[in-house]
Amino acid sequence: MSDRARDPPPERTDFEELEDADDLFPEPAATEESGPASLTAEDISTNSNGPKQDSQFDEDPEDLFAEATEEVSLDSPERDVLLSDGPSPAITPITPPTSVITPCLGHDDMFTHSSFDEIEEEEGGDLFDMHIAVSDPEKVGDGMNAYMAYKVTTKTPMSMFKRGEFSVKRRFSDFLGLHSKLASKYLHIGYIVPPAPEKSIVGMTKVKVGKEDQSSNEFVEKRRSALERYLMRTVKHPVLRKDPDVMQFLESSDLPRAVNTQALSSAGLLRMVNKAADAVNKMTIKMNESDAWFEEKQQHFENLDVQLRKLHASVESLVCHRKELSVNTAQFAKSAAMLGNSEDHTALSRALSQLAEVEEKIDQLHQDQANADFYLFSELLGDYVRLITAVKGVFDHRMKTWQKWQDSQMLLQKKREAEAKLQFTNKPDKLQQAKDEIKEEIEELDAKVQQGERDFEQISKTIRKEVSRFEKERVKDFKTIIIKYLESLVQTQQQMIKYWEAFLPEARAIS
Amino acid sequence: MMEEVQDVTSALSVHGHNIKVTDVLKDGDTLTFVIVSQKVSGTGEYHVDRTYDDVEWLQQHLFSQEDVPGLHGVIFPPVPAKPQVNVTAKGMKQLGFLGLGEWQPYCKALETFLRQVASHDLLKKNKAVEIFLTSSDPPGRQRVKKNIFNWLSQAMDEMRKEGHKDVDEFFQAQRDQNLVMTGCTKNATERFLEVVLTEQKIAVACGHFSAALHLCVEAGEDPVKQAFSRICVKLSEVLESMKKNMMSVAENNVNTLGLGLDLESRYQEAEKEMLFRRTCKLVELETARRSAEKAKPVKKAAMEEVKKAAESEFDHISRVAKQEIAQFESERVQMLQQALVGWCEQQLLTAKESADQFDRYLQAFRGMA
Repeated sequence: MSDRARDPPPERTDFEELEDADDLFPEPAATEESGPASLTAEDISTNSNGPKQDSQFDEDPEDLFAEATEEVSLDSPERDVLLSDGPSPAITPITPPTSVITPCLGHDDMFTHSSFDEIEEEEGGDLFDMHIAVSDPEKVGDGMNAYMAYKVTTKTPMSMFKRGEFSVKRRFSDFLGLHSKLASKYLHIGYIVPPAPEKSIVGMTKVKVGKEDQSSNEFVEKRRSALERYLMRTVKHPVLRKDPDVMQFLESSDLPRAVNTQALSSAGLLRMVNKAADAVNKMTIKMNESDAWFEEKQQHFENLDVQLRKLHASVESLVCHRKELSVNTAQFAKSAAMLGNSEDHTALSRALSQLAEVEEKIDQLHQDQANADFYLFSELLGDYVRLITAVKGVFDHRMKTWQKWQDSQMLLQKKREAEAKLQFTNKPDKLQQAKDEIKEEIEELDAKVQQGERDFEQISKTIRKEVSRFEKERVKDFKTIIIKYLESLVQTQQQMIKYWEAFLPEARAIS
Repeated sequence: MMEEVQDVTSALSVHGHNIKVTDVLKDGDTLTFVIVSQKVSGTGEYHVDRTYDDVEWLQQHLFSQEDVPGLHGVIFPPVPAKPQVNVTAKGMKQLGFLGLGEWQPYCKALETFLRQVASHDLLKKNKAVEIFLTSSDPPGRQRVKKNIFNWLSQAMDEMRKEGHKDVDEFFQAQRDQNLVMTGCTKNATERFLEVVLTEQKIAVACGHFSAALHLCVEAGEDPVKQAFSRICVKLSEVLESMKKNMMSVAENNVNTLGLGLDLESRYQEAEKEMLFRRTCKLVELETARRSAEKAKPVKKAAMEEVKKAAESEFDHISRVAKQEIAQFESERVQMLQQALVGWCEQQLLTAKESADQFDRYLQAFRGMA
């Protein structure tokens, strides 16, 4: 049946949890209509906080957010407005997807072309000016209920924010909650939503239990850095940064607790994507790729994934050995100190003690370099491996969108055939009623088919833009990181030079 | 085939201070060293091929020289451990720094040994040295005689003597200090070796990273792809540069401080062995004295002779030992200073070169469109 082909396997999956927005927001579940109309309900449920480009036909986009309050649930009165004729400018955050406002076909062009283009034009490359810092990790509470609170500081002259600089306190599940909302709103229409950092049961348990040792400090720092990178990537995206959830996350002092964050980390996202991919592969109808660009890009990302994983493995090895070097250098420093202490010859003893000190300083350099190796390269590569998972996800969503469209088309075809058969029925009294029913169904299906085609074109268009932006960002990102890394290399060597220059006279003074 | 060497000493016909081990050749399992020494009279050199068996032969003859009173008081220049071509993990541990770098450090260590032997007043007159350095035939591929200084097969009761209290404050202090120093130096040498081995691992990891980057280079006219490919190529060069830097750092470590610590460590062991020999002689002497005292008149005269001989030997040994220790102390300080200065200078040079190199890459990346 086409239903089964369209959706992932019926058991409770992460994918379903995301699609069924009931679980994300604490409001009671909405009723889903049965039959063909269920499609529409699904669309609404996932698009309840619809993508912003659809509302951009308003002159001043910024005004939209002045009225943004909380997220909308399926049950709220706004939903009824969705189902009626067209968006009201007052209901800003929840303007519907094009699927519901089909009657206003004249707006199509605006939604699909000018709205997004408007954003692109006004953004440009230079207009992005935001800096987000995640700092001051603070343990809140005790025992297994404890958590880390991080300070999120945003500095920006951009006018869409009320103030130029502001801070809020957030915990890890808040970040996951933000990501889940963005993923549910944007992934399936082709936007590459940056994945949230990984959950780590082991790392977090140590922190909760109160182990104040180096490994738990490292864990907190690693997480802090990852959260910062995550937010920066998210706000760099011209559409995402205008999302009310993002803005609320950054600005609002009170944030409703995100529940059910189990599935929403990037590991969960990966599982979801893989399941979706599997579902796509199991589809009886294989997509006819009419656009070579997509085929080429998919292959490109497959290759890139493999290459980046290899690079990541190389860097991990480098980081590991660098840390080893630091440990060994420290041990050598100690042994040199002992040697200096035991040495009878005064000047030699002094030189050996200096040697021990130099080695200790060099050990610190090794540690700094290991950190650079890790936080710059290793994390960058890890981020991109995870980002590519999101990219693959949008490609898969495109396939699903295509599949939906094809399924509608097949259904329409069947209905038309059924209609044709009706002509030859022998029950004239029921005939007219049946004919009317079928005509209605055919009309609905026809609209659905057209919507399906539009959705497919829209997602294809969005993906093209997203991929182009992603690729440009990738080059910029790598270049920035490499420059930082080279700066660290140069600095290390210059420090070494200072240490050796200081030691040389000591060595010469031995006799 | 060489015959037993007459234990007749004569002046060495080559200079000791500039002996060179110029080459090492691998032939299956055997390593052959090419040793070059300069003639004392006139110009000219001797080039000889020697294997480790020949070195052991030399050692035997040095140990068993009979006409030197107090020979046991000599701190014998320490010979490097036997090199294995297919070296086992245990062998590597034994060789330490000398097992690295394609035998170059080993050649240096061997060279040092030969120079020390050929410059030692008491040892250089041994004919074996002359033969070893100048004879075109390899002196001894014969089975070696039982080594009287084969400490590995020392009986347990001999080891007991190590702690035997000394009659001389100077020597007691020397033994105590030596005990501490051998431990500390061995420890420091092993730790430093770990540092060098890890540096080598890092160099290899940089190489892998560099190679992996090359795999990311993509053909095509897409400007973004080209930009990323350029970045990968350049970064790959940076990683190669990092690799070379690490290898230089490791090499500097081995060739200067590594060899220095290794030699110091082996020399401390050599002093330890000398001091032990003297201690054993002391025990022998004290035993002889007691025997002479307790001896019945019949044996008394003989015992007295034994006692006198022991006394005389012990005096000789102590005298030689004192000289050797003084020499040893001044040489080792000089040697370590050279090692430390050389180490610092080389690392400083490498750091300056690397700083320049990395800076150039940094500028190139900054300038990249």
